[in-house]
Amino acid sequence: MTEDEIRAAHLAALTDVAPDLSADDIGPDDHLQDDLELDSMDVLNLVAALHKATGVDIPEADYPQIATLRLAVPYLARRMAA
Amino acid sequence: MPSLGADMEAGTLAEWLVAPGDRVKRGDIVAVVETQKGAIEIEIFEGGTVERLEAEIGQKLPVGAPLALIRGAGEAASEMTPAPAAPKPAAATVPEPAAPRLVEATVSATGVAASPAARALAAERGVDLFKLAGTGPSGAIVLTDVEAAGPATRAAETAAIPERPTDPRAEMRKAIAAAMAKSKREIPHYYLFHRIDLQAATDWLAARNAARPPEERLLMGALIAKATALAALGAKAVNGHYTEEGFRQADAVHLGLAVSLRGGGLIAPAIRNAHALSLDGMMAAMRDVVARARAGRLRSSEMTDGTLTLSSLGEKGVEAMAGIIYPPQVALVAFGTPMPDAVPHGDEVAVRETVTVSLAADHRASDGRIGAKFLAEIDRQLQHPEEL
Repeated sequence: MTEDEIRAAHLAALTDVAPDLSADDIGPDDHLQDDLELDSMDVLNLVAALHKATGVDIPEADYPQIATLRLAVPYLARRMAA
Repeated sequence: MPSLGADMEAGTLAEWLVAPGDRVKRGDIVAVVETQKGAIEIEIFEGGTVERLEAEIGQKLPVGAPLALIRGAGEAASEMTPAPAAPKPAAATVPEPAAPRLVEATVSATGVAASPAARALAAERGVDLFKLAGTGPSGAIVLTDVEAAGPATRAAETAAIPERPTDPRAEMRKAIAAAMAKSKREIPHYYLFHRIDLQAATDWLAARNAARPPEERLLMGALIAKATALAALGAKAVNGHYTEEGFRQADAVHLGLAVSLRGGGLIAPAIRNAHALSLDGMMAAMRDVVARARAGRLRSSEMTDGTLTLSSLGEKGVEAMAGIIYPPQVALVAFGTPMPDAVPHGDEVAVRETVTVSLAADHRASDGRIGAKFLAEIDRQLQHPEEL
């Protein structure tokens, strides 16, 4: 997957978990919990959706590394390449 | 029109999921009613055959008004009684429907799952929800689906709901205001606070989740819910309903889970028999009610069965909350945000994960000593997460 594809997959997972969010409104530095108001259940659902879409199993300790889109895309790219 | 909460005065019929001639059994979902708290699936109290639909789609009806006539098993047509508002015992035999099956209304076997915001916009624009494909949880229609459908295709009579609230969020706020004002007016609350050392549960949870894929991980919320339910089962006078006849203790814990809706509002659907669920079962139940609360697809029994409410501030909240009881319940347990703190541990001061739990309880049903024992028991349960 290219970075653009990863970004699209991440946005798709995010708007699936939080259907009231629109992909156009999500900025690269919007924080999942502080800005987009995801709760712990939403974050877990997002991690599960990303696992399904990218095959990357994100451990709990790494959750801060997907806190924003700008952080998550390179993190996922790195994990997928490994 | 059943009452779906202490604050409900009326509801608007949004969908029929049955037609005259259909056989129904207790617990079947027969209709969807739009309330101030969103769309609720109405379960029927008794089995029988649908004789006649009394209410029309779009009609706003007061609590207690008949929605349909159900002919019970063995009942002659003249003995028909309104349902689901008035349950009555059924006899032994099941007759064939007397009249040929008559289907007039446009109904779907499964109905349309749609979020309250999506329903509101669809009504405003005259979009027929039956013609949309949902992209939300379980295929529910969400706001963007209605937006994508573009402006009016006004044709279907099923879509127009004249008395629809104009702003769902304002309606939700009114419902919360009514219930909470009633609670504060009528219930003599007392409050207790207790700090719990959550380190054992935190460590146990981290170790357990490390070995599991995301789909099988647990949240601390599931441990908290199970510990609360187990403690409530053994506690006196915190689990049940207070009515005109006084306090009635429930023999099972149907745990109302306060779910906050993004964009504002709160709803507390009940997880039935929460004390008997495994942690994985609790996690699945919580995932289910949260998703359906947000998609606007809760069931009537979930709105009324709660015997105790649990409210958690989650990961990004503050230390503690003093809650307001949801009538006719007699207690509300509120967990603050777990956070590290310097606390005595053995003979030393250590930095441990802690959480402050509070109890708001009805002094008509219990005293502080009973409430204190209840909170202490929640603490004890959380010290042994492997046994939850």
